[in-house]
Order: sequence, then structure tokens, then C-alpha cells
Amino acid sequence: MDVSSLDVGPIWLTLQLAGITVMILLTLGTPIAWWLAHTNSKMRVGIEAVVALPLVLPPTVLGFYLLILLGPNGWVGGPVQAITGSPLSFTFSGLLFASTLYSLPFVVQPLQSNFESIGSTPLETAASLGASRWDAFFSVILPLSRRGYLTATVLGFAHTLGEFGVVLMVGGNIPGKTKVISIEIYDRVEVMEYTQAHILSAGLLLFSFLVLLMVYSINKKLPVHVS
Amino acid sequence: MTELLKAAFKVDYPGFNLDIDLQLPASGITVVFGPSGSGKTTLLRCLAGLEKSGKMEIAGQVLQDENIFIPVNLRAIGMVFQESRLFPHLKVRDNLLYGYKRTPLNSRRLHLEDIGRVLSLEKLQERSIDKLSGGEKQRVALGRALLTSPKLLLMDEPLAALDAQRKTEIIPFIRKVEKELSIPIIYVTHSMSEVLQLVDTMVILKDGKVVKYGPVGKVFSDIQLRESIGDEHSGAVLDTTVLEHDTDYGITRLDFMGQELSVPIQDISPGQVLRVHIHSKDVSLATQPPEGLTSVLNILKTKVRKIGENVGYSVDIELDAGRPLLATITRKSLSNLNLRPGQSIYAYIKAIRMVNEKL
Repeated sequence: MDVSSLDVGPIWLTLQLAGITVMILLTLGTPIAWWLAHTNSKMRVGIEAVVALPLVLPPTVLGFYLLILLGPNGWVGGPVQAITGSPLSFTFSGLLFASTLYSLPFVVQPLQSNFESIGSTPLETAASLGASRWDAFFSVILPLSRRGYLTATVLGFAHTLGEFGVVLMVGGNIPGKTKVISIEIYDRVEVMEYTQAHILSAGLLLFSFLVLLMVYSINKKLPVHVS
Repeated sequence: MTELLKAAFKVDYPGFNLDIDLQLPASGITVVFGPSGSGKTTLLRCLAGLEKSGKMEIAGQVLQDENIFIPVNLRAIGMVFQESRLFPHLKVRDNLLYGYKRTPLNSRRLHLEDIGRVLSLEKLQERSIDKLSGGEKQRVALGRALLTSPKLLLMDEPLAALDAQRKTEIIPFIRKVEKELSIPIIYVTHSMSEVLQLVDTMVILKDGKVVKYGPVGKVFSDIQLRESIGDEHSGAVLDTTVLEHDTDYGITRLDFMGQELSVPIQDISPGQVLRVHIHSKDVSLATQPPEGLTSVLNILKTKVRKIGENVGYSVDIELDAGRPLLATITRKSLSNLNLRPGQSIYAYIKAIRMVNEKL
């Protein structure tokens, strides 16, 4: 079995993509989840449905619209091309954009239910003790949300790791730029290189299992705060 | 001149309206009493600045009106809730200091050592929250609110979740806070007995409106309030002064507006104030002082002030004994005695209850 012929490029690219996507998602998902958990607005159900769309849409559908959106004539790709000279489709940035949308529900939903279970009383209590909303969020809500953030991070990361359809539609298959593990596996199978496909698949399987195992054991140790 | 807390709020929720306009002394302990759903908590939330509505000023400082709204975190109003609402990720000491650290240096009047002493929290400081008993939690919550050096302390049924034993532990601390730290307290409850020994001013709420408010002695002996206060509490709350103890007979003699009352011996030194509760159903009336002997120790000379409406076969009589006193007698007795307002009458008091034994 020739392990040395294995290209580590797709692995590294995949980890980069998943890592950066999760960071973007946590930053973006927190205010969205917070708003959804606390608003009385009529828009709420609409936004919730939009956030959940990637859960039910075939990745090819999402990928198709993203391809158009990010392409040279798209609403996003067009202006980007005007500024940077190239559109977002078939680039790493384009993949990031697509992954962020694709994995959005996996980060927003755990955070939202986390914020909902915390409720507004800790905020009001902190306010009565002189804390502004930002202060209260960082000093009370975040520390109480460790479980929620851990779940959101892992689900977001793992889901990005495994995406295939959207990546193929939006990013294509450009080595070093958009070729991630899942596509590499597909390539190897296409050309009957089962050994490499095995190594990558088993690696991904083991990695995913270990991460989830770690999360569940940490989650078990983290105190459940019921005050 | 006593400083005032002025508050006027209008809140409309589906199925519930709060519409109140109050002027309360910004000192002592004010108890807001009412059944659940009467708007007590909503009133407290308005005072805290958690609901934007109406007007409020305290000791001349406007906290909210048409143009001004000072948000909760800048109000210097402390809150203690029914559940302690301590932050579970912080140990006792950090809970206590949470508000303290966020209080401007020049506003800090109370410090950890003072509060620790007053509330006996010294030994708890390093504990985590889940290692505290219910009573300890409420003491820490009280301490945490006080360490913001508040101008007003709001308490929302702070004892409701505690058993009788814990309640009796906490109540002296609340009194101490008011006396030693001179922080006015507004205390919301649906349990009258819980607060009889604390209350100075009483606000009675019903269906989002104020039924009556004023000094406790006055409010309690208002014969129209039987329904709001409840039959078991209807009667006068009186402050008496301890005269002396008779250890032979196990009796403490009290002065009440120049007349004397005797109660089972109390552990309070002469000259101190003792608050007692005389239920209206424990008071009988007679037009004459007793001829010969009677086993009733307490007889007050009073005047009939007001005769209430019939309640079934009985009727409430408001008496003037220097302070108002209430008697519940049967309609038959009323007719026999032929009572008229202004008439002199002797009140035979069968039982005097200490307010602190009724939790």
C-alpha cells in the first residue's frame, strides 16, 4: 500500500475550510441565534425557516444558486469581481461563503436553543447589578453557554468537513484551491484507486468519531447549571 | 421632611392592566400585598426599570417620565427575587462582588466586610453556589444586591421558596438591612404573616389597582379590607412598648397608648417596641367594665368609631383605642348592645398574637 503517494493537500485545505467557516459562523451565528431566541418580531418564523433551509435542500440546489450568486454576473460575485478582478466562484473564498451558508443551521440552532434555555432572567439580574447588555453577555451569558458553543462548534466543523455537493458545484475540483477531502475521495474512486480512497475515508471516519467522542465526554463533565 | 418615592405606571397586557399612582415614604419597609395576578410583580418590574412606562422619581430624582428613562443598570436599585438568581458559574464571593465591581467608586457606600458581617456570610465566601442551602442562597442574593449600594431595594417574594425555619432565619436580616444600612425596601408578597413584623407602610393591590395604602396600623384595621387581607388576618396590628416582665407569672406587661396589656413573657428588654396582632374575632365587647373577677387579662377602654357591613351573621366594629382596633361580633350581639358611633365600650381581648410566631 503506497501511503507516500497520498496527497495531504486536500486534507490541509479541508481543515482550513472547516476551521475558518466555524469561526465565521460563531461570530455571525451568535447575534442571529440571540435575536431568534429573544425577539417577539413577526419576522422570526421566516428567518428561522431560512436558516433551516440548508437542512432540507439538496446540496446541488444550494450549490447551483450559490454558483450563480458568486459568479461573475451574480449579486455577490459581480461586485467582488469589480473590486478584486475575479469572481468568487471556483475560489477558496467562494467555498468559505458557501460553507458558511451550508453549515449555518448547525451552528445557529444549538446556540438558539442554548440562549432560549438560559432565558432573559440572568440578563435582567445582571442589569439590576449594574451590568450593561454587552457586559452581561460576556460576564454571564457566555460562561453559561459553554455547552451550547461546544456543540455548535463541533457540529459546524464536522458538517463542513463532510460537505460534497455544494463544494463541487461552487468550487469545482481545483487542487490546492478547492479540492477538499470528500472530492478527493470521489476522484480516487473514479479512477479505481481504492487504497487511497480507503485511507482518506477511514481517516475521516475515525477523526469524526474521535471528535464526537471528545465532545460528548466533555459535555458530560461540564456542570449543568440549574440554578 | 421625609423623602418620597413617587410612582405612576400604566401597563396594558392582554387580559391584565396595571394602573397605579403612589406616593410612598422613601424609608422603612413598604409591603405590597395582593393575591397572585394582582400586579405585584409587574409593579416591581416597573420600579426596577424593566418595563418602560409611566413616571417615577425617588427623593426628588426623576428616574423616568415622558422624556427621561434611566435604564435598569444605571438606576442604583437593588433587586432580590423569589429564586435567588445567583450566577451558577461564580462562587459566592464573586457573586457578591459582581454588582460591587460595577458600582462607580464614589457611589460605593457598602463594602464586602460590612455586608458579610450583617448577613453572616463570612464563612460562605469560597463556596460554590450549588453547595448552599436555600436560606444561604437568599442571604447571598440579598448581599449581592446590597453591595451595589442601592438607593432602594426591591424584594419579590424573597421568602416564598423557603420553609418556615429558613424564613425565621432571614427575616431579622431584612429588618437589620433597613435599620442599620437605612436602605428603603419595597417588599412584594402574597403572604401576610411573612411580613407583619417587618412592614411599616402597606400597599394593597387588587386587579392591577391600589385598593389602599398607608401606615400598617391604619391599613390593617380598615374594616373594608377584610376581603383583601383575608379572614385569618383581619384585625389590628399594634406597636406597644414593653413595660416590665413578671417572671413569677410568666407575663410581660405592655404599654399601649396609656393602657396596659399583658402577654406571655417575651425576650425583649423594657422600653423596646413589640408589635402585636389582635385578630378581630378575638375581641368581644361589653358596655360595662367587669364587675367582680374575670379571667380575661386584657380589657381596653375604647370608643365605637364605625360599624361595618354585615358579613354573614357577623359584623366588624372599628374601635378607637388611641389606635384603631377591630372587633367581629354577631349581628345578634350588635342588636343587644345597641351600638352607636361615639359610644364608649370595653374591648375584652381573648388573645394577643406576637407577629413573629405566626410564620
